[in-house]
Amino acid sequence: MKSLISVMAHSQSNSLNFAFVLLTIITTVIGGTSVMAQEKSPMIWAVQMEQFERRLGDENERLSVWNGDAFVGNDDFRVRWLSEGEFDNASSSFEKLQNQFVAQVPISTFFDAKAGLRIDTPKGPDRWYATAGVSGLAPQWVEIDADIFLSEDGDLSARLDAEYELLLTNWLILTPSADVEFAFSDDREVGIGSGLSSAELGVRLSYDLVERSISPYVGVVYERKFGSTASLAQDENEDAEGWLGVLGLKMVF
Amino acid sequence: MKIKTTVRALRALTLAALGFGPVLASEAATEPSQNANEVNISVDDIGIDNGVYRKSGIGYNGASPGPVLRFKEGQNVVINVTNNLDRDTSIHWHGLILPYQQDGVPTISYDGIKPGETFTYRFPIQQSGTYWYHSHSGFQEPDGAYGAIVIESKSREPYRYDRDYVVQLSDMHTDSGERIMRNLKMMPDYYNRQQQTVGNFLTDISANGMAATITDRMAWGDMRMMAADVEDLQGFTPLINGKSDVQNWTGIFKPGERVRLRFVNSSAMAYYDIRIPGLAMTVIAADGNNVRPVKVDELRIAVAETYDVIVRPKDDTAYTIFAASMGRSAYGRATLAPREGMTAVVPKLEKRPLLTMADMGMDHSDMAGMDNTAMPGMDHSKMGHTSASDSSKTAHKMHKGATTDPFYAGGSGLTPVAANGGKFLSYADLRAQKPLYEHRPATREIEFQLTGNMERYIWSINGKKYEDAEPIRLKYGERVRFKFINKTMMSHPMHLHGMWSILDVGAGKSNPIKHTISVAPGTTVSMETEVDAAGQWAFHCHLAYHAAAGMFRKIIVEGGPRSAQLNSQAGEG
Repeated sequence: MKSLISVMAHSQSNSLNFAFVLLTIITTVIGGTSVMAQEKSPMIWAVQMEQFERRLGDENERLSVWNGDAFVGNDDFRVRWLSEGEFDNASSSFEKLQNQFVAQVPISTFFDAKAGLRIDTPKGPDRWYATAGVSGLAPQWVEIDADIFLSEDGDLSARLDAEYELLLTNWLILTPSADVEFAFSDDREVGIGSGLSSAELGVRLSYDLVERSISPYVGVVYERKFGSTASLAQDENEDAEGWLGVLGLKMVF
Repeated sequence: MKIKTTVRALRALTLAALGFGPVLASEAATEPSQNANEVNISVDDIGIDNGVYRKSGIGYNGASPGPVLRFKEGQNVVINVTNNLDRDTSIHWHGLILPYQQDGVPTISYDGIKPGETFTYRFPIQQSGTYWYHSHSGFQEPDGAYGAIVIESKSREPYRYDRDYVVQLSDMHTDSGERIMRNLKMMPDYYNRQQQTVGNFLTDISANGMAATITDRMAWGDMRMMAADVEDLQGFTPLINGKSDVQNWTGIFKPGERVRLRFVNSSAMAYYDIRIPGLAMTVIAADGNNVRPVKVDELRIAVAETYDVIVRPKDDTAYTIFAASMGRSAYGRATLAPREGMTAVVPKLEKRPLLTMADMGMDHSDMAGMDNTAMPGMDHSKMGHTSASDSSKTAHKMHKGATTDPFYAGGSGLTPVAANGGKFLSYADLRAQKPLYEHRPATREIEFQLTGNMERYIWSINGKKYEDAEPIRLKYGERVRFKFINKTMMSHPMHLHGMWSILDVGAGKSNPIKHTISVAPGTTVSMETEVDAAGQWAFHCHLAYHAAAGMFRKIIVEGGPRSAQLNSQAGEG
C-alpha cells in the first residue's frame, strides 16, 4: 500500500488509475444487484463536475480549472473521489492538482462523515495527506464541506467550503461560494504559512440547459492569500490576490 | 418455542410457495368448473410513441397499457405469462383476493418469471369491479408494464349504464425508472422545477410583508424542506389509456346515455385531480367495491386507486376529461364525445399548491421551538379518525366549496378544491354499499409511522427501511387496526396485498373497503383488516420510488384454515 501511494504521488495518471481500480473494487463488492424494491438499498453512482471552467485574470492570467467528484455506493456507505485542478496555460503547469479518495458514511439526517487520503501533485513538491471531514446540508440550504488534513510531514491544515444556490428562476441559478483554508503550521516548501492562508470567493450564474446534466455558467472569482502565505507568494513573484472572470460548464451524470 | 413455531410456519410457507402449481390445479378441479377462462400475456420490450416523444419501454402483448382483462366473478382463471425480456419479470394483480403464491411479488409470493419462461397463474375470481395489474419487478411498471382488469359481478349490477369505459391514467417519463431512481438518490430535487424562486420571494413580500415572508422562508430553510415539494418527480407526460393530451383518447356516447368511467391511476408517482367540466360525476365504486353513490364535481385519485363514476351527458357536444396532477406540473386530457374528432375546451392548469406548516405536522405558532434534526412531536389528536368519526356532518358542511377535508391536516396546502367551486370527493364521503365483513372491534392495533429523509431520498416505516426491518406478523383470524401517522411532507398511497383495507371514515360497519389508502402529510389515518388470507404478502407505499427506497414491508400471516395447511403439505410432495 505504501509503495502504491508513493508511486501514485509522482504521477497524476497513476492516481487516476488508482481511483479507477478503487471504484471498480467497490462496485464489485457492493454492487452486482439490480435495483428492486425487494432487495438492498440500491447501489448508485454519480459523476459531478461542479466547476469546469476557464479563468481569465485581470493581469492576463489564463487558467483552466476543475472541481469535481465521482462516487459509488448505497445509503450507508459511499466511496468518493474528489478532484481539483488549476492549470496555468501560460506556464503549462499545474498551480494546483489535488485528488482525494474518501469513504463516506451518514452521521446525521443531513451530514456525512468522510475520511481518506489526499494527494497533491502540482508543479513543485508533492504532498500526501490523511484527511477527515464532514459534508452535508446546513440549515438555510447552505452546502458545507469541512475538512482537516494532516500531511506526511506532520503539518495540520483545515478547509471550509460553503455554497448556496439562489434560484432566480427554476432554471437560472446564482451560486455564491466561499472556500477558506487555514494552516496550523508552516509548510514553506509548498508555500503555506501558518494561520489563515487563503480564501476564494466566487459567484456563478448558471442555466440548466439539459435537465440538470449540463449547465453553462459565467461568473467571477476573487482569490486572496493571507499573512505569511501571502508573503511567500510575493517572494515567488506571484500575486497575493486577484480577480478572475470565469466561463464554464457544470455537469452531472 | 415461539421461534420454532415461526420457523415451522415459514418452512411450510416456503414449501407451499415452491409447490403451489399442481396444488391449485387440483383444487380448481374439485370445484365446479365454470367457464374456465384462459388468457395469454407476453411481456415485451416495446417502443412507445405518446405523440410527444418516442421511448423504449415494456408492454404486454406488444402494447402499453396491456390489454384490458375481462373476467367474471366465480370463474377460475388461468393466465399464462411469457417473459420475452432479457431480465426477470412478474405480474401482480392489484386488488385481487387470491392465494398468496399467485400474487406476483418476487421474493414474497414466488421467485418471479425468468427470461424465456412462461409462468401460469391460476386463481378463482372472488370479487367484481375495477382493478389493475402491473409488474412488481424493478421499475418495469413506470416503464409501461401495466394494464386494467374489469370483473363483471355474478349478481345484477346495482347501477344502470349504457356504456362502459376504462380510463387508465399514468405518468410516462422520458427517463427510465432506474435512471430516475439514481437521479433522485443523487439529488433529491433533480426533477423539482416548482421550487420557490427570488420572484416568488418578492411577490410574497408585496403580499404578506417583508417580515412574514422572511420568517416563512427561514422556517422552511431551518428544516431544510421545501414548501414546493408536492411532486418529487416532475417532467412526466400524463397519459390516459396510453394516450397523451395531443393524442386525445375519446369515448363515444349518445346524448342521454349513462356512461360508466372506470378511473384507474397506474402512475408511478402522480396523483391526479379529475374533472369533466359540464358534467357531474356520480361515484359508485372505490377500489373495486361499490359505494353508496356520491355526486361530485371533481375527485382526487391517489396512485394505485380506482374509482368508478357514472356520468350522463345530455347534450350533443364534447366534454373534456381533465386530469391535473396534484402538484399542477402537468395534465392529462381525454374527451367524451358523440362522434370521433369532436373536442371541447381544455382548461388551463391552476397555480401549483404549496405545503404549509400544517402539512409538516405543526402550525406556525409551534415553529420557534423546533428541533432541526428530528420532526417535532406532533399533535395528531385533532386529525384522522376522531374527526372523521364526525364525517357525516363534516361531509355535509363540505358540500359546496368549503375547503376542509378531515383527511387533510387543518390548514393543509394540499386540501383539494373543486375548480368550479363545487363538490370535491373526500374519503369521508365513502360508504360501503355492502359490507364484506361483520362489523366487530379490532383485536389489536399496529402503529405505522410513515417516515423519510428527503435529502437522502430514503423512505421508511417506523424509521426503518425494508432491508433493515423484520417482517410484520399477523395471526389468521384477527382483525387488525393499522394506524398510519404520516411524519413526512409527502402523501403516501399505502397498499396492502391479499387482504382488504377497511378505511375508517367513522361510519362503523359502512366504512368503505379499499386496497390502497392515501395518507396525506401531517395526518393520522386508520384502517382495519380482517386477516383472512394465509401466507406472506407485500405491504408498501405505491409510489414507485418510495417503495424502492425502503417504504415497504413483508407481512406474514401465521396460521390459517386446514385447507391452507393441506395445501402446503401437498406442496411438499
